[in-house]
Amino acid sequence: MAPRATRIVMPATAKSGEIVRVRCLIQHPMVAGSTGPTGDGTSTTARNIIHTLTVSYAGADVFRADYQPGIAANPYTAFAFRAGASGDVVFTWSEDNGAVTTATRRLNVTP
Amino acid sequence: MGLAANSAAAACIAVAIAAVFAVETLATEPPSHLNRSLKSATQFLSPELAAEQADDARNRGLLWVEQGATLWHAPADPGGTPDGASCRTCHQEAEATMRGVAARMPVFDVSRGRVLNLEGRINVCRTEKQRNDAWAYESPQLLAMTAYLSFQSRGMPKSATRDWPDTASGSGAPSGPAQNILDRGRTLWNERQGQFNLSCAQCHDDNVGRKLRGDTISSAVPTGYPAYRLEWDGLGSLHRRLRACQLGVRAVQFEHGSEEYLALEVYLAWRATGQLIEAPAIRR
Repeated sequence: MAPRATRIVMPATAKSGEIVRVRCLIQHPMVAGSTGPTGDGTSTTARNIIHTLTVSYAGADVFRADYQPGIAANPYTAFAFRAGASGDVVFTWSEDNGAVTTATRRLNVTP
Repeated sequence: MGLAANSAAAACIAVAIAAVFAVETLATEPPSHLNRSLKSATQFLSPELAAEQADDARNRGLLWVEQGATLWHAPADPGGTPDGASCRTCHQEAEATMRGVAARMPVFDVSRGRVLNLEGRINVCRTEKQRNDAWAYESPQLLAMTAYLSFQSRGMPKSATRDWPDTASGSGAPSGPAQNILDRGRTLWNERQGQFNLSCAQCHDDNVGRKLRGDTISSAVPTGYPAYRLEWDGLGSLHRRLRACQLGVRAVQFEHGSEEYLALEVYLAWRATGQLIEAPAIRR
């Protein structure tokens, strides 16, 4: 199907200086990788997890998470940042196999 | 005399009110004594998992709801009427038009003479209106669409068999061919099967709340499906869950969408009348 489904819950507006709480999910099997017999006759299953989530806000990085193979499928991440100027919040999830999923939310900041 | 007449009239009115009330009560109350004690499997979840299910920001089943929303607006392949119509072309906003639809499923389709569950109903639209291929059971598309549509009925009471076209007198019990299917489902429910020689009822009626290995036996209330099951690391249909139970008792599994599972789904829906839709639920 289409790109990986994501779900981002955060306010669309905030007052300047306010703490903005962000919660996000992405659909991903988080294959930890293993050795041993596999269905297709090969001996290893390659690791394919989302290894990094970076979030930028109004052009500057505000959050970064490095995931490990022990993280469950469809990982959930919550974080917060302080509202400054109005701008785009850009989420970038990077996978081991090179695939990248991005999503953008607009945050309008009032004084 | 006048007093007596008044009393009689009052009594008549009281009886009439009682009669009306009785019908009302019948229509809203679960169809058998069993159902009043039915518990959704949510009540057997740990507080942490129950909280995750209740939180739309954390419930991972909502990822499929998001996908379903995208599909709802996506044009189908050409060939349908109107050509390349999306779901939205005909049905507008799902939040309004699809509210309550999943709660009424499965339905008995008189013109086709068969049961349609939510998956089957979606595929009727896919094949007959959009003139596209049916979505396979457990395909990402069908899971996404069933999750999206079930989500629109969240919090509504399950009322499947009440709206069956040949339902008699609104008492919640179908008649005719629909009754036969319900009976078939009840038979399957009570029939021993597999190497363990167990019926559904022996666990899910007789031993609800007790432990089976590390898990708690549920009342088999289907209102959380399609559900995000931790064992699957993803969303799955009710029929996939039924297959897991049949595997558990070492029985021959029926196929997804088979006549047997549809009958069982009808029985489960009838049994769970009045239970609130929780899909997509979190299940272990």
